[in-house]
Amino acid sequence: MQYSSQAVAKPYFIAAIALFVAQILFGLIMGLQYVWGDFLFPHIPFNVARMVHTNALIVWLLMGFMGAAYYLVPEESETELYSPKLAIALFWIFLIAAALTVVGYLAVPYATLAEMTGNDLLPTMGREFLEQPLITKGGIVVVALAFLFNITMTVLKGRKTAINTVLLVGLWGLALFFLFSFVNPHNVVRDKFYWWWVVHLWVEGVWELILGAILAFVLIKITGVDREVIEKWLYVIITLTLVTGILGTGHHYFWIGTPEFWQLIGSVFSALEPIPFFAMTLFAFNMVRRRRRDHPNKAATLWALGTGVMAFLGAGVWGFLHTLAPVNYYTHGTQITAAHGHMAFYGAYVMVNLAIISYAMPLMRGRAANSNKAQVAEIWAFWLMTVSIVLITLFLTAAGILQVWLQRLSDNPLPFMVAQDQVSLFYWMREWSGLVFLIGLVIYVWSFFIRGEEKAA
Amino acid sequence: MSSSFTTATARNMFYGGTLFFLLVFLALTYQTERSIPQRDRHEMLADPKVVAGKKLWETNNCIGCHTLLGEGAYFAPELGNVVKRLGSEEAVKAFIQSRPKEGIPGRRSMPQFNFTDQQLDEIAAFLNYVSQIDTAQWPPNIQG
Repeated sequence: MQYSSQAVAKPYFIAAIALFVAQILFGLIMGLQYVWGDFLFPHIPFNVARMVHTNALIVWLLMGFMGAAYYLVPEESETELYSPKLAIALFWIFLIAAALTVVGYLAVPYATLAEMTGNDLLPTMGREFLEQPLITKGGIVVVALAFLFNITMTVLKGRKTAINTVLLVGLWGLALFFLFSFVNPHNVVRDKFYWWWVVHLWVEGVWELILGAILAFVLIKITGVDREVIEKWLYVIITLTLVTGILGTGHHYFWIGTPEFWQLIGSVFSALEPIPFFAMTLFAFNMVRRRRRDHPNKAATLWALGTGVMAFLGAGVWGFLHTLAPVNYYTHGTQITAAHGHMAFYGAYVMVNLAIISYAMPLMRGRAANSNKAQVAEIWAFWLMTVSIVLITLFLTAAGILQVWLQRLSDNPLPFMVAQDQVSLFYWMREWSGLVFLIGLVIYVWSFFIRGEEKAA
Repeated sequence: MSSSFTTATARNMFYGGTLFFLLVFLALTYQTERSIPQRDRHEMLADPKVVAGKKLWETNNCIGCHTLLGEGAYFAPELGNVVKRLGSEEAVKAFIQSRPKEGIPGRRSMPQFNFTDQQLDEIAAFLNYVSQIDTAQWPPNIQG
């Protein structure tokens, strides 16, 4: 660690991992509810578990991004963070707001929560992933703006590199598009149209810039390859991302009442979206192959390589599977979407967060890398979580294909719930894979507490 | 990559490409806003029941289990065409009312929301409105 203010990243990373654990526990509850319908009913109904599962994911990924920014921006800019105090204050505000929101989801019926938190003033709640009460959404905006102020001021007073510039563009884009979470027209078609400006333009747009910048930073540090080479790759990758991804938004505009020209535009451009992810895989492997130093942190290298491969598989290949309009006509809103969502989020955003955490945490704890014993445990965790997310994806894909066949393609289409019963075997297998994921996660957390011989940083 | 292709070239490509496709996207958004009125049955929004129904749909987090025009959770049936599938708004209301408070042993069951008659009317009116939107013939059949 070159600048003492980088240390503010530490609480962000710790909170991110804690929320990650919560996310997985609620995922297991939901997975069980798929096959044991009245599990925890009516105390934790499926929709509540799902809000906690998806919102915890979003918040911990944002925590991770903020931690990553606080860690890498001072080092890239070669100057101390503008205000470490502000960073710590924002951490507590964000964490407490997130915790109160989850307590709200679990403690009172959602309609009561909406009433208590001023949803009548400006109805924004009850839309997928944007379920947060109005005050939480407002809090997110305030925290995001103060965070961006802190990071931008740091970049402005220091060295400007491709990595901190791209990161800044991504983070500002993130904040800008979140403002569309306040846009909720009565008209369902327009509501859905602009809802995707948050959801798609985040995960298939600006978040990929953040991902690219973090990955590039980790690769420079662990491989020692020339900055010039890495920065060129970074710009090529994010160019491909936005050239395909912006119009790729159209693959959500096939069946929601929007005009049909989107079927062609959405199909063509989203079919190209795997290309930047493929480039990212090539990038990671190429840089590691051309490395000029053998960094003692093997685990961080593995997470960085894993990000490239799994993002390509999850976001690229599994996205392509159902992105063409004639295919999507049959697969839209089935378990195939769920399969894609799980591997894409894990491969792209979970893994890049774990890569920067794996790289930065040992340095913040005063060592170049964790002990061999700790790294072996972390590498076990990598494989257990990665293999089980692959299995979860395969089982959900199988469930989805069967669902499409039974409910939409066969001569006598079955009602939804009848078709669900027919595919329950795959839901059971998904749940068992989820348990393996949890074991991997427990080993991951445990790896932070394993000591052994460590080289000083 | 060759040496004539510099980082500055790559950076300019990024800003130029992004700006260009962003402008195309905005132009298509404008075109979308212009053509939506032919498909979105916005005249039905004049009925305050539909607007109130949408709010009930949201504040009870229906999307947390169901899909609406294929978007949402995949735990419970598609509701964009539920009025057509069950046959009438009355049938939808009867279904919502009939949900057992303690659930059904071993099976998925919709919670009992204790809606008033007026709220039931509003939810049904909202779902009826959604079922009239021109969705390019999606879903493939009545099962959703």
